[in-house]
Order: sequence, then C-alpha cells, then structure tokens
Amino acid sequence: MTPFLALDNVSKSFGPIEVLHGISLQLRAGEVHALIGENGAGKSTTMKILAGYQPATSGAIRLEGQAIAFPTMRAAEERGIVMIHQEFNLAEPLTVEQNMFLGRELRRGPFLRRAEMARQTRTQLDRVRCRAETDALVRDLSNSDKQMLEIAKALSREAKLLIMDEPTAVLTPNETEILFEQVRELRAQGAAVLFTSHKLDEVKAIADRVTIMRDGRVVHSGPASEMTEHQMAEAMVGRELSDLYPDRAVQASGAVVLRVRDLDVPGHASGIGLELHKGEILGIAGMVGSGRTEAMEGLCGLRPAKGHVEIDGQAVTIRRPSDALSRGLCYLTEDRKTRGLLLGKSMRENVTLQAIPRTAGVMIDRAAEEAVLDRAIADFDIRAGARSVKAGNLSGGNQQKLLLAKVMQSDPRILIVDEPTRGIDIGTKQQIYRFLRDLAGQGLSVIVVSSEMQELIGLCDRVMVMREGRITGQVTGQDINERAIVRLAMGLAEAETSPRREDAYHD
Amino acid sequence: MTDTAATAPARPSRRLPPMSVLGPVLALIILIAVGAMLNPNFLSYANISNVLSRSAFIGIIAVGMTFVITAGGLDLSVGSMAAFIAGLMILVMNAALPSLGVGLPVILLGIATALVAGLVAGLINGLLITRAGIEAFIVTLGAMGIYRSLVTWLADGGTLSLAFELRTFYRPVYYGGIMGVSWPIIVFIAVVILGEIFMSRGVFGRHVAATGASLEVAHYSNVNTNRVRLITYVVLGLLVGVATIMYVPRLGSASSTTGLLWELEAIAAVIIGGTVLKGGFGRVWGTVIGVLILSLIENILNLTDLVSPYLNGAVQGVIIILAVILQREGKTGK
Repeated sequence: MTPFLALDNVSKSFGPIEVLHGISLQLRAGEVHALIGENGAGKSTTMKILAGYQPATSGAIRLEGQAIAFPTMRAAEERGIVMIHQEFNLAEPLTVEQNMFLGRELRRGPFLRRAEMARQTRTQLDRVRCRAETDALVRDLSNSDKQMLEIAKALSREAKLLIMDEPTAVLTPNETEILFEQVRELRAQGAAVLFTSHKLDEVKAIADRVTIMRDGRVVHSGPASEMTEHQMAEAMVGRELSDLYPDRAVQASGAVVLRVRDLDVPGHASGIGLELHKGEILGIAGMVGSGRTEAMEGLCGLRPAKGHVEIDGQAVTIRRPSDALSRGLCYLTEDRKTRGLLLGKSMRENVTLQAIPRTAGVMIDRAAEEAVLDRAIADFDIRAGARSVKAGNLSGGNQQKLLLAKVMQSDPRILIVDEPTRGIDIGTKQQIYRFLRDLAGQGLSVIVVSSEMQELIGLCDRVMVMREGRITGQVTGQDINERAIVRLAMGLAEAETSPRREDAYHD
Repeated sequence: MTDTAATAPARPSRRLPPMSVLGPVLALIILIAVGAMLNPNFLSYANISNVLSRSAFIGIIAVGMTFVITAGGLDLSVGSMAAFIAGLMILVMNAALPSLGVGLPVILLGIATALVAGLVAGLINGLLITRAGIEAFIVTLGAMGIYRSLVTWLADGGTLSLAFELRTFYRPVYYGGIMGVSWPIIVFIAVVILGEIFMSRGVFGRHVAATGASLEVAHYSNVNTNRVRLITYVVLGLLVGVATIMYVPRLGSASSTTGLLWELEAIAAVIIGGTVLKGGFGRVWGTVIGVLILSLIENILNLTDLVSPYLNGAVQGVIIILAVILQREGKTGK
C-alpha cells in the first residue's frame, strides 16, 4: 500500500548546520505513528517539514506516491494535513467559537452565521467532551481546555493526516484517554495520525508503529508491539538506561523545616496544611486545576494568600516572593516559557535574574555572572552549542535545566518544583530526578508538584493529594501507588494514613 | 536544535557588531559628514555648542524615557509636564522675589519647586499605572491634557514671564558654563553617563529590561515589577524637572506652546537609538545618538537651503521609520 505521506531521505539545514540527516518516514492511512526521541533529536523539525511549515533542504516528500512541495502550510492543509502545535495556535482574546472557525467563518452574504457556528462548535467540543462554553474567551480557558479546543478544531477539518506535537503534555490522564478515543476513531475512519510524546506508556498504548530519532537521524522504525518501553527508551538515548529514578534515601526523619496550617488562596485552595522534613521529597498530586500550583504560589508569596507558615519553627509572614526567598523558600514554576525564562534574553541574564551578583549593592558583577553561568552549564549539563544563545532557542530539556540552575542561585533550603519534567525527554528527566534526590541528600527539603503519577511514585518519600482546592489525604513510603493516589485525587477515598487530617478538614 | 554539542566554555569571538548597533552610529556619522560638506560653519564651535545646548532638554527627558519604555511603559505627558513645571517655577519665583530679593535663594527655591513638581507628577503617573492598573497610554494621555490646560490657565491664555531682574540673574544657567561647555550640555552629559551605567551595568537596568520583556517572568524571579515601573516614571518626572530648570533661563517665560511635542521627539529619539518600543531592551547611548540625529537634521536644514526647513518634520519622520526598518533587519538576520 502506498503511504499517504512519506519522507524520502530528507535533510534539513539551518545555515551551515545540518539538523536532519536523511530522514525516511512513511505515514499510512489507518495507522497511528509515534515519533519519539530526546529533546533536540529533530522531531519537531521533521513534523514541520511534513506539515509544510518548513521546506526540506534536500530529499523528497511524497503525497500518495507523488513528489510534492508544499509552498505554504495552507497548501498542506488543503490536502488534508493538519498539525497541532505544542504551543497553542489560538487567538487568546477571541471566543472559543471564533477560534473554531477562524479563517473559514460560515457566512450568508456579508453576514456571519453565528448561531450555526455556535451550534457546530458545541458539537465538535462535545465530541472531545470539552465542557468549555462556546462564547468563553480562549484566554480564560485552562491549558487542557485549550488543548482540547485545538484538537476539536483539527478534527473538524476532516484531516486525512493529523500531526500532533506532544498533545498530552498538558492533559490529565482522563483527558488523555478521551483524546486517544478520538485518535482510535480517526484511525478506524482511515486517517493517518502522527504524534510525539515523552510518555512511552502512551506510545505503547496507542501507536501501531514507532519511529525513534536520535541526533537528527532515524535509529529505528517498526511496529510498536515489537518493542518494550525500556527498549524504546534505550534506543532514544543510545545507551543502557539504568533505573530512571534514583535510590531513595533512608526514610527521611529530619526535623520539620516547613509547617503550613490553614493556608487559603482565594478562589483556588483552602485549608492547606502540610509538614515538610529536612531531607525529604514530598510529592503533591492531583488533577490539573485542583489548586496545587496556586497553593504553592500562594505559599511563596507569588499570589495573595492567608495562612500560618512556620519555617524552622519560627512563624513567618510571606507577602511577596522576596519574603519567601530571604527565608530560603523558593518556587520553580511549571510554566518555563511564560513564567520561568526570558526567552529573548541570553542564558547569562536568565540564570542570574533571581539573584544578580552585585558589587557596591547596585551594580552587576559581570565576572561573577560569567562564573555563575560556567558553573550552571557544568553542574546542570546544559547543552547549548554557544554561550550567547537565547534561552528561547534552547530545547525544552535544556530550558528546564537552565531554570533549575536559575532558582538554585538563590540558595534555597526548601525548594518547590512544579512539573519539573513536563515535556522533556527521558535522559534529561533522569538527570533532574537525580539532581533533586542529591539536593535532598544534602539536607534540602523538596516539594514536587506533578501530574505524572510515575514520577511521584518513583521519586517521592511521601505524596499528598489535592482535590478541588483541598488536601484529601496522603500516602507514605510503601503505600505510594497509582491506585491510592488516583482514589484520593478523584475523591473516592477518605485519607487513611494522614496524621494531619484535621488540617485538611478544618472548619 | 544544536542540542548534541555541549556548550563551549570559550567566550564568543569578537565580530563586527550587528546592524542594530552599527546603524544609528553610521547614520550619525553620515549626517555629520553631510552637514560639514554643505556648510563650513556646521562644525564651528558656535554651531555645535548651540545644537547640543538645544538638544539637552529633549536629551535629558529622553534618557528617562528610555527607562520607561524599556520597562514596557510609555509617557506621553512629558512635554506638557515640562510646560506646567516651567509655569509653576516662574510663578513661585516671582512670588518669592519681594521677600527673598534677587539672588541665589530665589533660584534655589525655583529649582526645588521644579524637582518636587517633577517627582510628584512622575509619582502620580506611576501610581495610577502600577497601583490602579490603568494603561500607561491612557494615564499619560490624560495627564498630557491636564498639564497643558493647567499651564494655559495659569498663564490666562498668554505667557508667564519671569521678573526681569531675575531673568538676568538666572540667564547664565543656560548661556554660561565651564571651559566653554554650557551648563545644559554638562548636565545632559552627567545624566547620560549615570543613565548608561545604571542601564547596562546596574541591577536596576537589568530589572527594568526583565520587567519589560515579561512582567510574569520578572514577577516569578523575585523582581518587584510594580516598584521597578513606578521608579521609572518617578525618575522620568524628576528628569523633566531637571530639563525645565535648564530651559526656563533660556526664554524666561512659559506659555501654552512651551514643550509642545517634546514627548514625541523624546520617544522618537529613544526608538531611533534602538530601544524596543514594546519594552525588554533599551540602551541609553543609543538614545543620545537618536537625540543628536534629530537635532542635526533640523540644524542642517536650517543652515542650508537644499530642502526647506518647513520639511524638517518630514525628514525626521523618514529617518525614524528607516531606523526601525534597519534595526529589524539586523535582528532577524541572526
């Protein structure tokens, strides 16, 4: 059978640097194809060539056997090729309905058929079980609703080939399942689907065929059923992968360094109580939207909050980030692109922004800054090619490492990391896990907020679960498993092991 | 994409600076060359001194504007603020003249009035923008109208004039100087040096650029963005006060046309100098070049009869647009 779309020995260069070396790839109708690889392996570039966003430097693109060059992405779209980007391609100030029909509005003469568009939008959203209102503004939607809208929009275009760059990165397991149902339906209807993901269990669950890239080359392509997740991971990094998660330390039993009671973050979380011990890694689980991020941001003075906070047994008032930082409490945001890094600035300016080395109190110590960057590059294994590269041009994994290096400059003793490995490859994940465990080993205390169940299970000494702005319970040590966490997150179980339930259920 | 290679520890090699740096400097050199060719008096001490003294007012304000724009803000009120402060200064000095007599105390009182008025005006703009959360464009557009009409009202539609004796005493602040360099130029140079140091080497400048690049990232990085933005407006207000102190002795009067369109000239100078209008990147030395380019164009048109001086605005407009186009090309060609 002729593949619907195929790359034949395609290479791509940016200036003098070749980033793709002779890629061949076949996408067949009725087949779900996973493209996996570490950050910077060339997956995104490959996808952009397939979708007509970028031309290939050499090699052929064949649509149903015919060599073709898409002059624009629109030309590709007209042939039934739709791509969903990792960064949302939505007009934030417009409504859901306006976005759904952007550029192909239904009209009668010069007038818009708004009622009809609203009706069709509803139908499409219902298909992916997205509950967003059709007249809601996109900027008010949650990340997962935005992703679902993107997907609904793509589905409504009757795609023959749907290309998705990390579609599940911002989705909850539940939403991921809804997406996969849609993907299966598309496959049954004879569409081809290509997607990337760092979650190999998803690849295993949905993909018929898997292509693995490394350093701009295809290193493996074959039926997904023939490989285990472990084999995929090893092919991606090109070496033996020892255990992804570092060994846990002996059960942490250090003194309590952080005690929080009755923390209220208006509109997001209430009655949050927790204790964090020296040398401990505490996980915070919960659905997206359960108030995890907001509770932690409130704790660190990044948004208005009220509550009782003790650090090292001393009551402290934290109203702004500087209050938290001066006591060694530091928060690493889940959103590295819009809250974490200045994408248009160099690595040096980013890495020191939170704690600029000074001379005479008001001047920047440039030599010290360079030294900080040197150390950050070495300690965190940041791979950037050139020192002067802008943060926005780094791959996701390297951005995350840069962000970690940045928050470590303020010498935290209590580090709260929110989604520390979102959208980054398995090799970098392993490095970050090891790094966090090392910090705990050095006596720091770490809170990890994560949507990735495996990460919490593999990394944390103790996991607290949040649901609808409240802590519903916690699981410790041997009891940490997926089922226990999910039950708490869904509100199916009352906490049984929490020693501090009264905090979660205060009046 | 270049993920596979580890970061080289070596410092980047020195190459020719990009067009965004070279452009304004080249434009200034070309202008000077053209001026010198067209009129032998162009490079004379008298002409250069005159051009620089007259640019000093806009220049001092433009340095403050560089900080405001770099932090992602804008201030349209500086021209009418200068007029209002000038009027206020004259009224206060005239009122104090009978009791204090002609002498340094009156002048110091006038200077204090200008500085305090500038600081308060900047503070009001800044507080409305950062605390009340109103768009800078709206706040300063409103302030622009308010100050303009206040000065007209104070002058009763006419002109406020400094008492004659005082004017003679105050004159040297504009016309005098040390070693042939007039006071406005000296103050301008001082403001530029301080501004450049704080912008490029200071923690404050880094915070200003971070705030303008992304309010959110700056907030999450422990930068007090409201305070940073407030300070930029206060500093600008203060510098408007300083500029007015230099300006009043020149004519000794203020009217509804004082400082007209200064805000646009200052903004234009900042943009020509390579500061990004939407914030995130700014350079004070560029602003100085922008100010010089604008005043040299005017000066050259006045000295030669090649193009009518009435077309000054048109030539400046072309230069502004051209400057931005050149810089944009310099940025995309990475």
